[in-house]
Amino acid sequence: MNKSVLKERESSICDRRESPRSISCERESVSGAVSQRACVYCGARVVLNPITDAYHIVHGPIGCASYTWDIRGSLTSGEDTFRNSFSTDLRETDIVFGGAKKLTAAIDELMEKAVPSPKLIFVFATCIVGVIGDDIEAVCRLAEKKYGIRVIPVKAPGFSGTKSQGYKLACNAIMNLIRPYAKQPKRFGINILGDFNLAGEMWIIKGYLEKIGIPVISTITGDSSYKTLIQAPSAMLNIVQCAGSSAYLAELMETEFGIPSLRVSFFGIEDTTTSLLRVADFFGKMEISENARKFAAEQTANIMPVIEKYKPHLEGKKAAIFVGGGFKAISLIRQFNELGMEAVVVGTQTGKKEDYEVMGTLVNSNAVILDDANPAELERFMTEKQADILVGGVKERPLAYKLGMAFCDHNHERKHPLAGFEGIENFVKEIHKSINSPVWKYVC
Amino acid sequence: MLDLTPKEVKERSALRINPCKTCQPVGAMYAALGVAKCMPHSHGSQGCCSYHRMVLSRHFKEPAVASSSSFTEGTSVFGGKANITTAVKNIFEMYNPDIIAVHTTCLSETIGDDLNSFIIDLQIPEGKRVVHCNTPSYVGSHINGFFNMMMGFMNYLTGKTGMPTGKTAIFPGWVNPGDIRELKRIAKAMKVNTVFFPDQTGVLDAPMNGKYEMYPEGGTPIEEIQNLGDSNGLIALGEITCVEPAELLEKKWKVPFTLLPMPVGVAYTDQYVMALQNQSKHEVPAELETERGRLVDLMLDSAQYTTGKKVAIFGDPDVVIGLTSLALEMGMIPRYVITGTPKEEFTRKVEELFSQYATTGCTVKANADLFELHQWIKNERVDLLLGSTYGKQIARAEDIPFVRAGFPVIDRYGGPLQPIVGYAGGIRLVEQVVNALLDRFDRDVADEDFEIVL
Repeated sequence: MNKSVLKERESSICDRRESPRSISCERESVSGAVSQRACVYCGARVVLNPITDAYHIVHGPIGCASYTWDIRGSLTSGEDTFRNSFSTDLRETDIVFGGAKKLTAAIDELMEKAVPSPKLIFVFATCIVGVIGDDIEAVCRLAEKKYGIRVIPVKAPGFSGTKSQGYKLACNAIMNLIRPYAKQPKRFGINILGDFNLAGEMWIIKGYLEKIGIPVISTITGDSSYKTLIQAPSAMLNIVQCAGSSAYLAELMETEFGIPSLRVSFFGIEDTTTSLLRVADFFGKMEISENARKFAAEQTANIMPVIEKYKPHLEGKKAAIFVGGGFKAISLIRQFNELGMEAVVVGTQTGKKEDYEVMGTLVNSNAVILDDANPAELERFMTEKQADILVGGVKERPLAYKLGMAFCDHNHERKHPLAGFEGIENFVKEIHKSINSPVWKYVC
Repeated sequence: MLDLTPKEVKERSALRINPCKTCQPVGAMYAALGVAKCMPHSHGSQGCCSYHRMVLSRHFKEPAVASSSSFTEGTSVFGGKANITTAVKNIFEMYNPDIIAVHTTCLSETIGDDLNSFIIDLQIPEGKRVVHCNTPSYVGSHINGFFNMMMGFMNYLTGKTGMPTGKTAIFPGWVNPGDIRELKRIAKAMKVNTVFFPDQTGVLDAPMNGKYEMYPEGGTPIEEIQNLGDSNGLIALGEITCVEPAELLEKKWKVPFTLLPMPVGVAYTDQYVMALQNQSKHEVPAELETERGRLVDLMLDSAQYTTGKKVAIFGDPDVVIGLTSLALEMGMIPRYVITGTPKEEFTRKVEELFSQYATTGCTVKANADLFELHQWIKNERVDLLLGSTYGKQIARAEDIPFVRAGFPVIDRYGGPLQPIVGYAGGIRLVEQVVNALLDRFDRDVADEDFEIVL
């Protein structure tokens, strides 16, 4: 390894030529690294944020509320409450004397005036709240009693683990919300977990399922609300799109409500089709399975001409992938394979060992796989492997451009859906638009 | 859509809704990026660093590189000394900056990390530097973080040799690279030999050349910061942002300073030009006088559409003071003027402007938020909104024309490359304001009143 890689980081990088399988992941980042990773609070916040009618109060100094105000493009068909930013904006005196009083007062001020009247409040405790000794659980309990609504504490100090830890906290908060409704009779229908309705993707998946005859009871958390969430325990199956954030919730729901789960991915033809068929077959009803097969075949037939149209412009190009979760990375490798492209660098922020093993089987022998990569490593490997395009998030976009590489945002800043068959068309077009932009001609 | 805001205004003391500020560390990071070959370092949890880089990347559409101490559960108990020690070693080994600029976070402040002593104990490679400043997120706003980092650099690096550099130091305050370029151009026209600190030109508007540089060409060189004490004088722009750094340089090395508002609009740019003239004793060149004339000409040409129009202005204190001054020069009524930064000095400055133009019935507030501004607008409409991207929800809900300026602007392109300061910046702003108003006029006007010529 050359100098652009810290010694402590070497075990988190797997060069397929050197060591085909083992990678060190799910570790804390190295101090001093320019990591692309976020924190526990961020993990909890992004999962709960799309609950449309919840009041998300960030208890801490202002920054954590500012940076997450309307942070992801989660679309809503109902309330817009979640698109506002609420915070206790803790000041120095609060740090000295404690912030619990201010939190109580903030909840009171919200209850007095907010329209629509709050039914559900999440209180996020950031880094210093535990350190200054605020008992936010007690504050939330008292507020619940006083107002007869749900006020759920999410103790998410940024330092208490990785972003994945924050996902778990969010899952626990959701369980806290729906547990009182555990005893509902089961009915025919499923929940979709781990989709956040970015650019309306949840609507696409929901539409597919309903078309093949499977009702969707609750969506967690994209385009969800208090009312829809509490119906979740009545579902017969959970399907999990973003496993990184929501596999844990599925486990909890299986243990407590007896709802089995299936891991799905609606990115790319192969994974979308497989996912639809697996969900349909779960119910063992001929008609639904038939519908799913027919639907997937129709959609594939529709989308193939689009792929064929763009394939000549993309074939043989090399892609680097840097996304949050491992499952998405896997889908993306498959999608690039479908386009005749090759994934040469694959990295995730929170991938699991199993994910990295699957990736290892999908990429060519000269690809590099990284856990929690930083810009220096990304730069080194993308340049070394001569990637033509990087798929990543907001912090990676300018890096890719500076390296003279095309870019596709597969994160919060995607502006059109990339899931389902519609998403395939958008994805292919975006890849094409970026790789083959005339602007590249002028880069010297 | 997005219209939860009730009309009835009620005082809030505990709940902040839709903030018009953020926390100190991001300001420190932005200031540090204005120093050559500098790695900003966030001494706290990883999310802080990640969020700050994200917002800077979104505003500048550029990579914003910074490292983190990556605090863990153990750190919050035992302190962050081990983290900073490992971090500094790793950063020099791996990223090879000339200098690391450490800023604290709410967490490292609350657990009482003593960066002064930590840094003394560090093993720093020959020729390399580590500086720090304290940026408790629960004090002030991102503006405090910006000037605290400036002072951190100055505390560690400045000295006085007694050999005058012959240069005038200029603190541009929190502005875009496009602004700094314009301020430099004016100084050059005035024949003043300057050093700008900090200076993000070249760093956060790096050109596209197919290469990625972790430290793009740009930023104030370390030697220039070291020599600040030998400057001829100092012009500090931004009365809120730059007052403390200016006073520090005067206190430490007796460098006399002129503190001016951010030079937005005619009057404030005149003040900047005059201050430069004081330094060089050089005539104002025809080039600048002509530019000024063009700005005034444009203001007059378009005055019929701007005079009497009500505008709400929000953002960071110095940029808001500048925009308010320009709005008044254009005959507009700055009906609401707010900043999220808790500085009462801001209120006083804006009230001075109101009385200078004999404007009554306008409201100014520091430590305010955008929810409150929205409520005011619901009670009395304005014709134009002027501020950062975070105004777009109000603009849409109330259907008000909206001109973006300040920080952050994360939904439009090209802004950071262009100035709002100087006569050229004035021309750009007047054009944007007038055209936003006229676009609205053309959109709303009845068919029979729709005209080709305006």
